[in-house]
Amino acid sequence: MRYKFEEQLHELNNKIIEMGALTEHSISNAVEALLTQNTDLAAAVGDDERESDKKEREIETLCYDMLLRQQPVARDLRKISAALKMVTDMERIADQAEDIAEITKHLAGNKFIKQPEDITRMATATKKMLKESIDSFVNRDLGLAMTVLEHDDVVDELFMTIRSDLITLVHENPENGEQALDLLMVAKYLERIGDHASNIAEWVIFMITGEHKNANYNDMHE
Amino acid sequence: MVKYKLENIDLWYRDFQALKNVSMDIKANQITAYIGPSGCGKSTLIKSMNRMNDLIEGCRITGKFLLDGEDIYGNIDVNLLRKKVGMVFQKPNPFPMSIYDNIAFGPRTHGIKSRYKLDYIVEKALQDAAIWDETKDRLKKSALSLSGGQQQRLCIARALAVEPDVLLMDEPTSALDPISTAKIEDLMSELRKKYTVVIVTHNMQQATRISDYTAFFLLGEMVEFGNTEKIFSMPKDKRTEDYITGRFG
Repeated sequence: MRYKFEEQLHELNNKIIEMGALTEHSISNAVEALLTQNTDLAAAVGDDERESDKKEREIETLCYDMLLRQQPVARDLRKISAALKMVTDMERIADQAEDIAEITKHLAGNKFIKQPEDITRMATATKKMLKESIDSFVNRDLGLAMTVLEHDDVVDELFMTIRSDLITLVHENPENGEQALDLLMVAKYLERIGDHASNIAEWVIFMITGEHKNANYNDMHE
Repeated sequence: MVKYKLENIDLWYRDFQALKNVSMDIKANQITAYIGPSGCGKSTLIKSMNRMNDLIEGCRITGKFLLDGEDIYGNIDVNLLRKKVGMVFQKPNPFPMSIYDNIAFGPRTHGIKSRYKLDYIVEKALQDAAIWDETKDRLKKSALSLSGGQQQRLCIARALAVEPDVLLMDEPTSALDPISTAKIEDLMSELRKKYTVVIVTHNMQQATRISDYTAFFLLGEMVEFGNTEKIFSMPKDKRTEDYITGRFG
């Protein structure tokens, strides 16, 4: 029954998975480019961002078509509404990966003032959050979506650690200041990526339960 | 405020049980929609609410239909009940007489003879049913000369002319085009200010647009009843979800 609609909902799942994978790939490439100071790879992150914009439009078009033609209600309406919000967060993640890549171009050729292992850990943590938020959407897994929200604390703690290390480095030698600011920006972008992954998880929770996790939403936007 | 209270309604057509233990509170000045697949009992229920099943042989009802606390299957005057509870059907059914006489028919039955009073009632009912402007210059013309959408609004006006408390509508727009449907839907939003409205509809978008409460019926059972927004966004019962999302069966 409603074969065309079922087909479109399946297509939506696939497109969300594709966009999620692309976004995850952007974070990997952006951080890899930063660590290896590879400007070519940094440039490729920009291409990913444009591809991500394209995918966002495709998903929006598919959702609008379903809203128009299928007039969804209940779980279908919640799924399509959630998808429309999630793509905005995914697209913002791709933007922030591109912002990291821009800093990489700026940093290229300079010796790091601090070993970037915490940045690597932040990137790993945010990619895990993103992947799990998308998996929770596809599998309607409430437990997994809740885990993503909890994981955001890990990313926030890593950001605070990096920030405090960088302040110490600037105190020790003010000449570290310029790079410290760049690295702080990178950490902040990763922290924001974590927030966007949390937003996605919140929309998944809405899709499954019909209720927003307002408390977390307010915490995140304070 | 509860206008109409249904308590443990069971209804049989001979051996076939068409309604199974239905209980619900219908609130005053609200629109309550009954939805469900064909044969689920929703039309049976709405007809029972002004005793339209009385003449059906083999129809047996238990439970209570309490209108303003009074059991309509108790010792009451059925004509008076029909005055308090008006009904509009799927197909417009104007009487083969003039527009004016269609509207004046009910009030005359209830003893109103004054031309002045009847003129007032006819104009007011036609205005309340949003068809006055289209009919005021042709009140003496046959009601059958009106379009389908106009005829249905005329039937609504006819129901309103006896000043009912409750208006029952059994798929009132299913035979109408989208413009006439929109007019009747707009009209219903106005009517709820004065009347308690119950509507049976197969059009779920219509239920979503116009009703305050929705009841979902399946095989004679009321599966779920609640706030329309809740029913259509987060239904509690899987059967409701499957039906409204088109995955029933």
